[in-house]
Amino acid sequence: MTEMQFFIDYSRCIGCQSCVQACAECDTHRGTSMIHLETIERIDSVQTAPQVCMHCEDPVCARVCPADAIKKTPDGVVQSSLKPRCIACSNCVVSCPFGVPKYMAEFEQMMKCDMCYDRSSIGKKPMCATVCPSGALTYTTMEEIQRTRRGIPVNSWKFGGEEVRTKVYVMVPREVERVEVNLVQIETTPKPLPSDPYDIALMLEGVEA
Amino acid sequence: MAKLPESIPEIVAEFGPHLHTVPSGGWIRNSHEEKMVKTHCCFCGQQCGIQLRVSDNKVVGFEPWEDFPFNRGKLCPKGVKRYMQDEHPDRLKTPLQRVEGRGFEPIGWEPAMERIVAEIRRIQAANGKDAFAILTGASLTNEKAYLMGKFARVAMQTANIDYNGRLCMVSAGAASKKVFGVDRSANPWSDIPKAKVILIAGANVAECAPITTDYLWQARENGAKLIVIDPRMTPIARNADLFIPVRPGGDIGIFNGMLHVMIERGWIDRQFIAEHTTGFDAVEEAVRKYTPDYAAKIAGVPAEMIVKAAAMWGPAPTSFLLHARGIEHHSKGVDNCLAAINLVVASGRIGREGCGYAMITGQGNGQGAREQGQKCDQLPGSRDISNPEHRKFIADIWGVPEESIPGKGLSAVPLVEAIHDGRIKGLISICFNPTVSLPDANFVREALSKLEFYVNIDFFLSETARYADIVLPGSLMEEDEGTTTNVEGRVILHRKVVSPPGEAREDWKIICDLAARLGQPDKFNYASPKDIFEELRRASKGSTSDYSGMTWQRIDDNNGIFWPCPDEAHPGTPRLYEGGKFGHPDGKAHFMPVEWRPSAEMPDAEYPIFLTTGRVVSQFLSGTQTRRIGSLIEQYSQPVCEIHPRLAEKLGIADEDFVKVESRRGNVVVRAKLVKTIRPDTVFVPYHWPLDRSANNCTIRAIDPVSNIPEFKVAAVRISKVDQPTDPIAMLEVQAGGVR
Repeated sequence: MTEMQFFIDYSRCIGCQSCVQACAECDTHRGTSMIHLETIERIDSVQTAPQVCMHCEDPVCARVCPADAIKKTPDGVVQSSLKPRCIACSNCVVSCPFGVPKYMAEFEQMMKCDMCYDRSSIGKKPMCATVCPSGALTYTTMEEIQRTRRGIPVNSWKFGGEEVRTKVYVMVPREVERVEVNLVQIETTPKPLPSDPYDIALMLEGVEA
Repeated sequence: MAKLPESIPEIVAEFGPHLHTVPSGGWIRNSHEEKMVKTHCCFCGQQCGIQLRVSDNKVVGFEPWEDFPFNRGKLCPKGVKRYMQDEHPDRLKTPLQRVEGRGFEPIGWEPAMERIVAEIRRIQAANGKDAFAILTGASLTNEKAYLMGKFARVAMQTANIDYNGRLCMVSAGAASKKVFGVDRSANPWSDIPKAKVILIAGANVAECAPITTDYLWQARENGAKLIVIDPRMTPIARNADLFIPVRPGGDIGIFNGMLHVMIERGWIDRQFIAEHTTGFDAVEEAVRKYTPDYAAKIAGVPAEMIVKAAAMWGPAPTSFLLHARGIEHHSKGVDNCLAAINLVVASGRIGREGCGYAMITGQGNGQGAREQGQKCDQLPGSRDISNPEHRKFIADIWGVPEESIPGKGLSAVPLVEAIHDGRIKGLISICFNPTVSLPDANFVREALSKLEFYVNIDFFLSETARYADIVLPGSLMEEDEGTTTNVEGRVILHRKVVSPPGEAREDWKIICDLAARLGQPDKFNYASPKDIFEELRRASKGSTSDYSGMTWQRIDDNNGIFWPCPDEAHPGTPRLYEGGKFGHPDGKAHFMPVEWRPSAEMPDAEYPIFLTTGRVVSQFLSGTQTRRIGSLIEQYSQPVCEIHPRLAEKLGIADEDFVKVESRRGNVVVRAKLVKTIRPDTVFVPYHWPLDRSANNCTIRAIDPVSNIPEFKVAAVRISKVDQPTDPIAMLEVQAGGVR
């Protein structure tokens, strides 16, 4: 059997929150949703972005955990903190380059997306990627995604000097090989903002009322 | 006596809407006792396949149904949480009667039914048969829709039956019937990804038909261009190759303008037009004056957008046009649709793979419920109640004299007006919450309080049911079985998952019982919904929406069957009009020329802003079900007024301020939401909430002359900043009409 992989295509997201609602329904999540749906800036755009755990090959969250409470399964899925070990320091929360782990005081541990391990470990799709109506979250084979999408999947990231490889892929334009997130020097005199592509008033300039 | 028996906060305290947040039995599941039942979502016209988890005759969760071909496991948030309406604390489990000063108290079925029958007889004897009306809904199965139409004509003998599909599909249906001779989406959804250009007019696909999104994105992966026409930049519009932010009511400018450019540049299929259509000369004449500049003035957009749209649509090898309520909810809703359809027919791109046309059905059985004879002007099989042959055919099926079938009755809005002016004195309603969903809500509430006798059948006490004398506890979709017809024209089967709780009954049993008590036991002697379907099949035979070759077994075996299906060997008809053969007797498509006209109420000095209304993804229609589900209310808790920062600045309004949106008919007080994704001359308020949070307090009771659809998409309003309201309604929970 060809291995199933997790793919995120932010451009497809419609912000419906099916993923958020369904995540809570996974048997082991028991009413708590562990996926984040980010609204970029609602005033400017309807753009939204779903964020599952990227399941890093060498997870920063686990490396910085002083209690050694964050474990990766042999098949590469990074789990929530082990409750007896978790000391609520939130090192993982601040260190994750994707902003995924959250310390949940109610449960006294860090909880995060575990790719619905009870489902994905037995060949079922994670809840979010099963229900997602837009295909922004997809769980399928590499062959299938390459056959059906214009963009290409990448799992290589560069955050300043830090290189990260993840189990989860994101869809990017064909010319992109790696997602690079660089620090931007904030200028003392701000440059004029680029024209706002989603401002309807700008689209209608010159049209009579 | 259909006035509220006690104060609204008192009724809300007892009957809700309350929020249900935890499944029956809690989150930790006892999996060995469970079974999964494959059925369909109860909400919108997509009718997604879903499996419901059942434990001890209780629905406790869901599981995606990945093998169902339409949605392949995909669901929107409403579908995911739909099971939370089961085992709900607000569920009605006994008949209720209104008691002045005390609210609603349980009453037995026997005295409840006796009183209903006595009141029907009294009112009809004193005021004529038509003085007792019926309002129904498009979330009912085909079997129930058929039953309601027959109940009205045979058991009640009233002409006045209409349904809430009047607020949904009637403009699209009328236009499609005029041009194509058939009222149905022309293609299966599998044709969408094969189209090279897709035009979406007035359809917030991402929020109102979320499952369709993947079909659109798949088309784009295959290289399709996407054109979206909407006063708001909706989530799908963000990715469009061309987004046209049309002025509310200006759609015809775009459609006629595009056709003008297509004719001028030779981007129409003259051969197809000559061989397969009639009436193009009149259309060509009508669009002659719609130069890009003229058309753009009507549409309120730059002229080059119209030219660009024509250049994308005109020469494309394959294409698909979809529209929904955005162009249909107008006093010219039918004309808007006709102008859009003209673009399809002039291109000749219909009835082939990847070439087509669809209206995006809103309600669960929006398609089927308009075919089975519960519209005021229709008999089963989409037959015309004024056509003597059609009447005779149905009279024979029903075993009644043709002359006993009443004529055309009043459609929903005039029907409520007739209640208001006293011509109609009694009402039975099922599956309809008009105090939230009809325009001019203050007028609707006033009308209901004038009824002499009102029976409401529902599973929750809706805002409308509060005006009832008797409330009968009916069934949720999963508590009964039957078929619906989805957005594509695919007839599918809903399975019975659990039994109605307490003394609640399946809707069809309530109606058959009532019919028997009204003196027609033999004509309503059905053993099951399947029995009703067998009669429906015969009643639809030979009609445009022919179900006669379908059986429940065949539907189940094939993941649904598309009508027409005229015999049991017939595979059904996923794609209509193949080979350029249309539904009219002459086999041709009939072009209809369209001229733009202003909306019933245009902004002026006193009310200078356009109000347009619509839906959000986490709520459904009047919210009777979805305003009772905790996580859906959490997602979008109360209506807000979307307003462009430029307009807000002019009015001194900041984000999150409370604003009063006020029309000549009423107002709604909500928080402002500043967004650049709406036209600066327009504001948007979603309509799912009741009372002082009802956008329909502001909308206008103007209807299309042909379809009688109300003009939900255009009203003139003024907006002002106000303090946070603290009256008793404002202090209610948000799902009940409060505000935070």
